Parts: sequence; structure tokens; C-alpha cells
Amino acid sequence: MKKLTSWGKYPLINANIIIPTTRQHLAGLELTGIGRGLGRSYGDSALSEQVIVSENLNHFISFDEENGLLRCEAGVSLDNILTVFVPKGWFLSVTPGTKFVTIGGAIASDVHGKNHHLEGSFSDHVTSLTLVISDKEITCSRNNNPELFHATCGGMGLTGIITEATFKLKPIKSAYINQKIVKAKNLNTALELFEQYKDVTYSVAWIDCLSTGSNLGRSLLMLGEHADKGKLKTHKDGLLNMPCDMPSFLLNKYTIQAFNSAYYNKQLKEEVNSTIHYDPFFYPLDGINNWNRMYGGNGFTQYQFVIPKEAGKEGLTEILEAIAESKQGSFLAVLKVFGKGNQNLLSFPMEGYTLALDFKLNDKLFSLLDHLDIIVRKYDGRLYLSKDVRISEEMFKASYPQWEAFQTLRTEYGADELYHSLQSKRIGL
Amino acid sequence: MKNIIIIGATSAMAKEVAKLYAIDKANLYLIARDISKLDTIKQDLIVRGASTVYTAEFDANQFDSHETLIEQAFQTLEQVDVLLIAHGSLPNQERCQTDCSKAIEEINTNGISVISLLTHAATKMEQQQSGNITVITSVAGDRGRQSNYVYGAAKGMVSIFLQGLTQRLSKSGVHVLDIKPGFVDTPMTAEFDKGALWAKPEKVAEIIKKRISKKNSFSYTPAFWFAIMTIIKFVPKAIFNKISL
Ligand SMILES: Cc1cc2nc3c(=O)[nH]c(=O)nc-3n(C[C@H](O)[C@H](O)[C@H](O)COP(=O)(O)OP(=O)(O)OC[C@H]3O[C@@H](n4cnc5c(N)ncnc54)[C@H](O)[C@@H]3O)c2cc1C
Repeated sequence: MKKLTSWGKYPLINANIIIPTTRQHLAGLELTGIGRGLGRSYGDSALSEQVIVSENLNHFISFDEENGLLRCEAGVSLDNILTVFVPKGWFLSVTPGTKFVTIGGAIASDVHGKNHHLEGSFSDHVTSLTLVISDKEITCSRNNNPELFHATCGGMGLTGIITEATFKLKPIKSAYINQKIVKAKNLNTALELFEQYKDVTYSVAWIDCLSTGSNLGRSLLMLGEHADKGKLKTHKDGLLNMPCDMPSFLLNKYTIQAFNSAYYNKQLKEEVNSTIHYDPFFYPLDGINNWNRMYGGNGFTQYQFVIPKEAGKEGLTEILEAIAESKQGSFLAVLKVFGKGNQNLLSFPMEGYTLALDFKLNDKLFSLLDHLDIIVRKYDGRLYLSKDVRISEEMFKASYPQWEAFQTLRTEYGADELYHSLQSKRIGL
Repeated sequence: MKNIIIIGATSAMAKEVAKLYAIDKANLYLIARDISKLDTIKQDLIVRGASTVYTAEFDANQFDSHETLIEQAFQTLEQVDVLLIAHGSLPNQERCQTDCSKAIEEINTNGISVISLLTHAATKMEQQQSGNITVITSVAGDRGRQSNYVYGAAKGMVSIFLQGLTQRLSKSGVHVLDIKPGFVDTPMTAEFDKGALWAKPEKVAEIIKKRISKKNSFSYTPAFWFAIMTIIKFVPKAIFNKISL
């Protein structure tokens, strides 16, 4: 038994940690519990009394240069892939905001990136994957065991342990990104800008979520395209390290307000264009190891929801007002427009707006988040399971209408008896 | 394009060294006990960029197979730039104290088998008049300690052997490198709690490759172990016997 937690540092549990040495070994062990990659999910989706860690499943299997199809084991990280493939002129089709996630984690959470509106989520580029359920190895794809494929992509590890996958990389000419940052004085302008720049491959907005009134939703919109010129140079390791937990009083409404104002006002011009390496563009926080310690010993959580496009302006306004009123601001508030969702049963993205907010954990927080849940539900939205540590069974089942189909399939394969996380028990799976 | 032989190629440190040479498009000849693990590693290295990857199975304690093993590897690659020996096991010291055959087996695996392989390879390298021989030993070989002196004795034996070999082969331009890692975070040490002194195998591999290319023969890896081991080596016996290292 060892102490185990995930990125939000809450909860901290005792768990039996199993690290199978090879894919073959894994199937032979007939393990139960939950699969785990690098523990970059914020909440309790990769926590259970027993976790099966993919650490040693870190090999590439093959690469088809003609089609950009990479086949590798599930414990390979995005970091590993970029290191090897950027110099060869290839990039991830979809990447989340940190490169320290595994392929297994990226598939199980069906992660999205800044290009969701044009290129979908990670699983949309997966052509095939192999899963171990008890001692059986099952390969699935859109044609072969399609139900299992669509349940596993976005299925939070609840259908079995993913051992390998094949997915498409995209060709690039340079490791650099042409970036444009545009200032938006409020939410309306931000949403208009998203519309105006909808053909740009990468887009995301950082929101100052403590500003109110006519400034509500003021933000910086960041846009990017792969550059044509520049070396195919991979990233370097992060140099900074957060050596210990920060005293938690350091993050309070005053410091957050100061930070947010400073960040927004850092850029004086309406629009700034530059060319930057992919590393700071996609992974601004990866440069500081253990930055989650900034939130102190009690940990933090991320509240990420999506609401349908029609509800957009009204819903976002209501939520931002509720947050501003609570004065429980967040350092990081990120707004993004999602394109159409996919067929995966529990995948998070749907066409609309998604906002991700980091909050330090404290006594008052959960009641604020419960209040936000009510608003999200009112607008037919839902929360991202990969960031969640607290939603109720009722909230989950109301907002993920395909949960029943998912559970039926799990029963069919016997996975419901074998795979559980703290989260799955809480939300009734 | 370099030609590299790695013995004990499934070990965590050796794997990382192989990855570094694969990026440089090297030809790799991998030798290890578990051929199915080698197949997985072979595919990985080819994706990374290795030009060719040969694999061969071996049992460190079958000494009479070593000559052919080395012979075949040298014949296949024709010219060998680097030979890395990285196999080993971490014995249960308590068991070795009561079970003599276990102690001997561990000395064989970690000590005698390496010397046997080196004896065959040294001659080949000498004939080539070039190349590098690198062996992963351990800081545990510097001074016997109650917690792991069987392992330490085997590793220490190899280190002394390498001292002589270095001197002998320097005359033919062959570079010999004894790598003494401290604590490395590998599957072999999965059970230990890791503190600030632990290094990642990737880091150790980078150091190894750099020392090979620069013909550096500094042993301690990472280098701060030099300071630690200097202190440990010079702690007077009377005090040493009282502490539980
Ligand atoms: C700084 C930061 C930025 C982020 N940005 C984004 C973002 O922009 N977009 C986004 O979508 N997400 C984002 N995330 C979330 C992250 O991408 C997901 O949580 C991802 O799943 C983490 O991968 P992991 O390998 O660490 O998996 P873990 O956290 O270990 O596990 C996450 C889930 O995957 C399952 N799982 C892991 N491996 C396997 C396996 N081999 N087989 C079966 N199930 C498995 C687990 O059971 C669990 O349900 C971010 C996280 C951080 C810390």
C-alpha cells in the first residue's frame, strides 16, 4: 500500500500500486482496479484501492511514414512522442495543455486541444486500440468491435486496461507556431473574436474571471498556426521546479485579482503577432515541474464544463457572474469553442463553449461548485470527468445521456465487475 | 553510423542508452535473457531511428556460451564502436548470508559472467585497435557494507578487473569506462522509497553516452557520488562498524 493522489492533490488515498512489466505480463495477471497513466487527471478518476500503472508499457511498435500512423504502447507519453517525432516532421493531431499524459490517459479521457473546433478530440485520430479485460486481449476500432471502441474512447478506464493504440500524427514543416494574441474587452467581444477567427487551427482564450460589470469576461484570445519556416527542434526539459507546497494563504482573492489584472494588462496593444516554439504555445505550464504545489497542501480542483452553443452568451455570463460574486477567483480560466462531439459514449466535448477554472480547495468551494452545477444543468451542459472530483451521480447521469448504453456494454464484457475508480463509484458506474 | 553491442539490453539503463544511439541511426546488437522483451525493445528502437537491430538470447551464467556469443556479435557488426555490459541482479543479502549457493550464484551473475564476457571481448577490441568498452558496475563495489556486500563484492571485483583492462587496452587505443551509478530509479529498485539522491535512467544514459564520446573515464554517475563515496570510503572502521548503512 502506498499513498496516492492525482494532479489536484485531493483526495490522498492508500492504494495498492501494480506496475506490470510487459503487455503479456499484464494480461496474465488478471488484474482488477483501475488503469492509470501519469496521474495528470485532476480528481479521482485514476484512483482506486488498486491501480494498474502503464509506466513500463512505454514502447513504440511501428510507424507508417506514408500515412503518419504511429502504433505504440499505452504508457508512451506525449512528451516521448514529441521528442522522437518532431525532428522527423510530425506532430500530435490533438494535444491537451500538458505533454505529460500517456496515450492510455489521452484515449480514456478522449482529451481535446486548442483545435477541437476543426480537428476533434484525440480519439478521433485513433484508428485502433487493444484492451485487456481480465485475461482477454481485445482489439477494437470503428469497424471491429465498434461498440467497445466507442465505449473505451472517453470511457475513463472503466472498460478495461488499454495496452496499445494506433493513431495518426500530422505532418509539420517547423516546430514553431505563428501566434496572434488579441485583447477582448469583455465576453461579447471574446465570443465575436472566436467567430471571426474560426478557421484558425488553434484557439483559446484566457479569461480574467474576477472582473465584473462591463468588463465581465475580459480576456486574451490566443490563436496559432504551425509555421512553415523554422527548425524541427524538439523541446527541452522543464528547468524550474516548485520544490514544496506553497503556504496556502498566498493564493487569495487579492493575489488572484492582482495576478489577473497584471496578466491582462501585460499586453498593451490590441493585437500582437509573434512566432514561438510549440512548447510554450501548447504547454505553458510544463516548464515548471510540480506547479500544482502552488495551490498549497490542501490541493485544488479544476471545474471544466461545456454548454451548448445556443446557450452560450447567456450561460457563460451567468456563470462568470456567479464566480465573480463568490470572490473565489481562479488563476487559470480558459475558454474554448468546441466543434461537434463524436460518437464515444462518455466523451466530454459537444458543440459549444467550454470553460475550465482552477480553484484552490477550501470549505466554501464545494457549495459554489454545486451552485455552478445547477446553472450548467439548466443550460444542458456537462462537466469533464477527467477534472472532476465531486459531481453527484444525479448530475452525471442527467448530463451524460448515453451512460446507460455504456453501463450495459460494461456488463456485457464483465468489465463492471473488474474496473472501478473512486469516481465511478461516486457517479454510479 | 555507429555499431553498438549491448549485453543486458532489457535493463532500464541499457534501454535508455540504446534509445540515444537509435536516434543517431546506429546499428544495434542487443543481447539479453528475455527474448520477448528484446523484440518489444527492437521495434521501439527501429521506430526511433535505429538502422538495424539484431537480437540474441543469453544466460549470463552459461559461461561456455560467451565466446560464441561475442564472436557472433563482432562478426555480424564487423566493426564494434561500443560494447556496453549492463546485466545484473540485485540479490537478497539476508538470503545470501544463509544460503551459500545463492551467494555464489549472485557473484557469478554480477561478477564472473562479466569478467568472462570481457575476456572474450577485450581480445576482439584489441585486434580492432579501436572502440569502447563500458561496464555498469556500482558504487556498492567501493566499500563492503552489511546491507549488500555480496552484490558489492561482485561489482568491486569487476571494477578492479576493469582497472587492469583499462591499462592494458590503452596501448591499443581502446577506451574502457567503468560506470558506477548510485541510486537509479528502475524496475529493479521499484520497492524503494525515492529521495533526492535518486537519478532517472534517462539521465544516467545521457551521462554514459557523453563520457563514451569524450573518452572520459570518470566512474561516478551522477558525479556527486564521487563526494559521497569518498566520505564513505574514508570513514574509519571503528565508526563504520557502528552505523547501519
Ligand atoms: C496542466 C494540465 C493541462 C491539461 N489540459 C488539458 C486539455 O487541454 N484538454 C484535456 O482534454 N485535458 C487536459 N488535461 C487533463 C489530462 O489531459 C487528462 O486528465 C489525461 O487523461 C491525463 O492522462 P494520464 O496519462 O495522466 O492519465 P491518468 O490521470 O493517470 O488517468 C486518467 C484517466 O485515464 C484512465 N487511464 C489511464 N491510463 C489508462 C490505460 N492504460 N487503460 C485504461 N484507462 C487508462 C484512468 O483510469 C483515468 O480514468 C490537463 C491536465 C493538466 C495537468
